[in-house]
Parts: sequence; C-alpha cells; structure tokens
Amino acid sequence: MTDDPTDKSGRRDTGRKNAGKADAEGGAAPGKPAKADKTAKAAKAAKAGEADKPAKAETPAKAETPAKAETPSKTAKGDKTAKAGLTKGGDARGGPAEPAKGEDGGERSAPRAFLEVRDLHVHFPTQDGLVKSVDGLSFKLEKGKTLGIVGESGSGKSVTSLGIMGLHTVGQYGRQRPQLSGEIWLDGEELLGAPADKVRKLRGRTISMIFQDPLSALHPFFTVGHQIVEAYRVHHEVDKRTARKRAVELLDRVGIPEPAKRVDSFPHEFSGGMRQRAMIAMALVNNPELLIADEPTTALDVTVQAQILDLIRDLQKEFGSAVVIITHDLGVVAELSDDILVMYGGRCVEYGAADKVFYEPQHPYTWGLLGSMPRIDRDRTDRLVPVKGSPPSLINVPQGCAFNPRCPYADVPEGGITRTERPELREVEPGHFSACHMAQEDRERIWNDEIAPRL
Amino acid sequence: MSDKDEAMTTSETAAGATDTLAARPEGETLLRVSGLKKHFPVTKGLFKRQVGAVLAVDGLDFDVRAGETLGVVGESGCGKSTMGRLITRLLEPTAGTIEFQGKDITHLGTGDMRPLRRDVQMIFQDPYSSLNPRHTVGAIVGAPFRLQGVRPEGGVKQEVQRLLSVVGLSPEHYNRYPHEFSGGQRQRIGIARALALNPKLVVADEPVSALDVSIQAQVVNLLDDLQAELGLTYVIIAHDLSVIRHVSDRIAVMYLGKVVELTDRQSLYNKPMHPYTRALLSAVPVPDPRRKAAQGRDRILLQGDVPSPMNPPSGCRFHTRCWKATEVCAKKEPPLVALETGHQVACHHPENAADQEPGDTKLLTDLPPQATAEEPTPTTTKN
Repeated sequence: MTDDPTDKSGRRDTGRKNAGKADAEGGAAPGKPAKADKTAKAAKAAKAGEADKPAKAETPAKAETPAKAETPSKTAKGDKTAKAGLTKGGDARGGPAEPAKGEDGGERSAPRAFLEVRDLHVHFPTQDGLVKSVDGLSFKLEKGKTLGIVGESGSGKSVTSLGIMGLHTVGQYGRQRPQLSGEIWLDGEELLGAPADKVRKLRGRTISMIFQDPLSALHPFFTVGHQIVEAYRVHHEVDKRTARKRAVELLDRVGIPEPAKRVDSFPHEFSGGMRQRAMIAMALVNNPELLIADEPTTALDVTVQAQILDLIRDLQKEFGSAVVIITHDLGVVAELSDDILVMYGGRCVEYGAADKVFYEPQHPYTWGLLGSMPRIDRDRTDRLVPVKGSPPSLINVPQGCAFNPRCPYADVPEGGITRTERPELREVEPGHFSACHMAQEDRERIWNDEIAPRL
Repeated sequence: MSDKDEAMTTSETAAGATDTLAARPEGETLLRVSGLKKHFPVTKGLFKRQVGAVLAVDGLDFDVRAGETLGVVGESGCGKSTMGRLITRLLEPTAGTIEFQGKDITHLGTGDMRPLRRDVQMIFQDPYSSLNPRHTVGAIVGAPFRLQGVRPEGGVKQEVQRLLSVVGLSPEHYNRYPHEFSGGQRQRIGIARALALNPKLVVADEPVSALDVSIQAQVVNLLDDLQAELGLTYVIIAHDLSVIRHVSDRIAVMYLGKVVELTDRQSLYNKPMHPYTRALLSAVPVPDPRRKAAQGRDRILLQGDVPSPMNPPSGCRFHTRCWKATEVCAKKEPPLVALETGHQVACHHPENAADQEPGDTKLLTDLPPQATAEEPTPTTTKN
C-alpha cells in the first residue's frame, strides 16, 4: 500500500516528461521561427522541472496520511498549477481555466461532485509516436444526471470511458503500456492512483459499462445467464440459485420476453437489440452508481434504438445512477443528456448544459456538427454545411488550436494566434465553457448572423 | 465559407467535362421492377436438402425515373441491400422482372450484362472493404475503363485524375494506396470509380453510414452536386431517415422484403400513411433538447424485433407489431395501392387516409390472449 502510490506517481511523472518532450519536438518540426520555439522549449523544461518537485513532495505526504485527502492540499495545489502550466504549453495567461477549478477555487480535495475527472491524459506510445488520445480533459457529474460526450471517431471519447473504468492498464506492460495522468474522483476516492485490487472491486459494482458492440462484448461460449450470474457473484456472496434468480429478474426488467427461458440462451440466439438488452442487464446487475454507455445504440435500428434509450432513461430514474453516454449522434445526446461535452482531437472544446450547447453553441466545431446533420424536425435545407477536411491525427495534433486547419473562422482572431497558441477552456457564461480564441462578440455575431439562420 | 469554394471548384471541373452528356428527358422511366423476389435457400444435411428459404425480397414493384433519387429505407434485415444487388444484377432474382430502359435484364448472363454495366454502377457501404488494398487508387478508378475496353480521350490516367478532382480528391493521389486515406476519402474513391463510365443509374448502398457526421455531410453534398451536374439517377439505400429525407425525391419504405409505402418526400414526412412509417419517423432522435421536455408528439415505441424473414407473419407482415392490427390484417395481405396521387400504401387501416377495411374494427390487441399470444402489445408513450 505504501510503496504503490510512489511507484505510480513516479511513472506518471516520466510519462509527463515524455509528453512534454514530444510536444517540443512536434513544435520544432513544422518549420516555426527558431526563437519562439526555443523559448517555448525553455518554458516547458522549466515547468516540467516545477511539476516534478511538488509531485515528489506530495508522495510521502500522501503515503503517510492516505485516509485524509485534506492534508496534502497545499502541495497538491502547487502541483496542480504546475500541471496546468505544462499543459498550456507556454500560455502566458494564468487564472482558472478548467471547469473543475472554476468551482472549487483551485483547491484539490475530495470533490463534492459524484464523479469528477481532472486534467486526464491518456497517451499511447506506439512505433509511430506518442498518440495523445486524451490530452487534458476535465468534467464532473452528479448522481442522477447524464453527461453526453460527443465527437468524431478518434476524438478520444471511448478512451476516456475506458480510462474511468481503469481498463487501459489491465494486462498492458512494458513499452506498450499507456501513460495515464490526472485525477479521477469517484465518490470521494481517487481512482487513477488507487491500487488495482481496489479498482477491481469497484469495477462492475459501482462503475459499470455498456459496450458498443454486444456481439463482441458477450462471450460466445457461455449462456447469457451464466455471464450475468458471474458478474453478480463476483461482487456478492450468494449461491448460484439466488444469482440466477437475480439474472432472470434483470432480464425481465430490461424487457426480454420469457426471461426464465431466455436466460439459458447463447448470445448468438439473440437479435441485436436483445443482445444489447442482455448487456444492459449485465451492467445493471449490481446496481451501479455510475453507468458508462459507450455508443450503446450505434449498431441498432432506429426503432430498437428508441427502445434502448427509453430503457436507459427509465432505469436511471429508478436507480438514480449517474450516466455517461458516449456517442457521435447529436440526436441521442439531446434525448438523454443534461450536460454535453464536445471533444475534438483529445480535448474538450465545449462543455455546458445541453440547452446551452444546442442553442448558444460557442465553438466553431460545434457549429460544424450542428450544420452537418440533416434535421428531421426542421424544413429541409438545400445543402448541408459540412466541416471541411478530416479529423486530425492524434500523433501529430495541429499546432495551436487543433481545429484550426478545418475552422472557417481561424483567421478571425488577430495575429494568427489560432495557429500558434492552444486555446484554453474558458468560461463564457456560468457553467458553459468553450476553448476558442475568438472574442465573445465575434462568436455571438457569427453564430447569430451566419450559422443559426442556416440550421 | 471555404467549403463553398471547394464545392465551386468541384462543380466547375465537373461541368467542363460533361457537356458531352446529352440531356435526358425528365420523368422517363429508367428502371422498372415488377414482382421482384429473391429467396435464399436454407439447406440441411448431407444432400443439401432445402428445408426453407429466407424471403429476403418478396415481391417488389416500383419504377425509377430518369434524373430522380429514389430513397429506400427500412430496418436491418428488411431486404434493402438485397434489392440493391438485384437491380444491379449482382444477384440472380428468383422471380419477377427488371427492365432497364425498356429492356428486360432479369436473366441476362454475365456476358450480356457487360455492356449494361456501363450504365448501372454501385457505391458500396463499407469504404474499407470495397477497395482492394493491393491496388493503387489509379488502378481502382481506372479498372472500369480497362474492363470495358474504353479508351477515354487523353488517356486513362488523365481521365482518372479528372475523376479524382470531380469527387474532391487531389490528382496527385493517383499512385497512393487505399490505406493512406481516411474513411471519407475512401468513400470518394468508391464514388469516383462508380462515375468513371458516366453511368445513368447509380445504386448507393448505405453510402454514408460508415462515416462521421461531418464527413457524412461532405459526401451527401458531393452526391447532390454530381447529380445536378451529370444528370445522374440514384437509388440510395439507407437506414437513416434524416439522411434519406435530405437526399431523396421519392422514398420507398420497406418492411420484411416488401414495400409498405412509396411516395414523394413531402407527403411521406408530412403525412405518413402506413403505421410502420409513422413509428419509424417518431423513433428518430431529434437533436433538440427542448423537445425532450416539451414534446407534443407521441413517440410510438414498437415492441420486439422484426420477425424472421424465413417465416414471415401471415397477412400483413407488420400486424405482429402494429397497434392498429385487426383480424383482417392477420389473414389478408394488403396490396400496395395509390390512396392519393403518387402515394402508394400497403395497409388495411392507413393513417391520414380513408380506412380500407372499415367493417373490421376489432383490434387484435383486444382479442382474447390465446389468439394474440405471440403478439406483443405496442405502447404509445408520451415523452
């Protein structure tokens, strides 16, 4: 117990150093003025050094008083600011930029929110380079609420969810091991630094997940009932008969006809919609407090999709759990979510209440998403307004704002700042964050004059 | 917007190349399908004894007019892709006839079909598996010329590069391999290949469903532009109702191998007559969080799944999931008839129109349970 956190934070630090290095190298490549590059490098090196120190100082404190989260708050605060400085990559402006910080004033303590993710980084070392799938993501979620994460494929949505589940490090060793850093707080407990055994006890019981493709997520060799019973018995000391009764009850709850008979069916005997229901039953068997649904309806038809969405909504009402729903379908998000987080290139570009994100979107990428989809509830438009180009490579994320090569308004802010400096997530109005260099007036003008009338 | 510029350049190059194409009279029937059926045999045992058949497509009648876009929607397993493969003659029909430009092509052999392949092309669903990974883009898009023995003016390479620019790719991509492209770009390669021989009819099987939303819009716009410039006729198969509404002039709704409703876009979305169409439309999630709170419309939740096409229900195939089903629905199959001009529906008790079987009012759901043991009751919930 005592040496584990030390080990963890040590590894985390090396991970961050590598990330910083890769950053600087990436910056040097596209032929930027050498001077600016050098200063950036120097700033980064300095900050990396700062980041190292407080982190090291923090570890013994943490090891001594693992129960009290309050004690190391001072050192942790220093650590936090250093971290923020590093991720900013030479951003001169200080001040609270992340939603997590905005509300609890930069204090690192056990958060009040049920789930809170702070500055999460997930980087995968590959032969081609470091893939920064998630690069500084923060959000929080209360019980009984739903957070929708939207974004294109490759924007880091699923990696985030697997990160919360703690599934990135399972069975991964050596050089291929992904580098994780940041904090994930669930109900007052930090998960990223917690020992594997502890996370394993939470996984499936407190946090559970509905996967995208039920055919590959279910084991083809075991009956559906067997798999649900297994999930239940891992966390509860019950005999097989009780567990089986529970499985039948759950199958009935998710709307599978004749559950007592179907409990002995194999996954291949189920249709797509029923498999997804069986998987939902498996996810819910331990009454999880946090349910992560990763594209739960993408493989399904609209009629079945409507059934599944209805089911998730009902179950949430019944059990009062927190739900994170990951999808690329804005329609699904609008139906379910209270809050929406829009991801692009591994980072959050817009975060706010569903109503705000749909009616007063602040980021050009959100405008692009809204313009790209044909709407069945509006009059038919002659042309869609697509986002030009294609999603960025996560190995070589564009300099400055990751969206700048595809952004039609990249030149609105003066001095080419979009191409050199990465915009931080800033609060535009209470509870609504956006990462864009454009001035508030410009954004409002463009949205009201150019985008909104065409949707 | 810069995207418009992109579209402009696309249209200019395309227009320059297509003045050779003679304008076709609008509204002429290009493809006529009647009584089309495809049954896949299910065999068993050592001697492959046939024990049944999957009635993938079971009696389709429709026609496609020159210059229009016919959209085909339905749930998975309703036979829409089989239909697409039948009309391009990639599958041999079990029964029925297919006429292309007045010529019966139902049972033409491979050799006899070859000249027609110039006029009928297909865009496939999955841009990852429909391009040969060992061929360069040049070889893929140039293949139709080679196979058809066509020598385009200025050589194959120049023509291929022109096609690449028509679909919004750069001519320098000629020597690259498919894996070097993203999903959206691959789909464009597939489109370029389909357009190579100036086809009259393009059958697109789920052309955008494998793509991201933002890329989807690019491809939809591209298909739109190409139709306007080259005078193409499309049959677009998709399961996404909002995409279908955006691209189609007329829409056919399929359920279990049959067309249940066929009409123009306007009346389908404003006045759906078949209960299944209504249920489908109401199930589409609306990207509008305010609708969630104050939703005036009723969402119709269909219970259960599509029945197996090996053993479809008697009478109207939708009666097992229909909330309006009566005794006649289980016994008599409703014909596809025009209840209004240009609005064909196969239903005994259509919505928004006069009841076809007014005498029969007893709902199946109200009948004693033994008669409806297998029919789950659909419920209407208000969200």
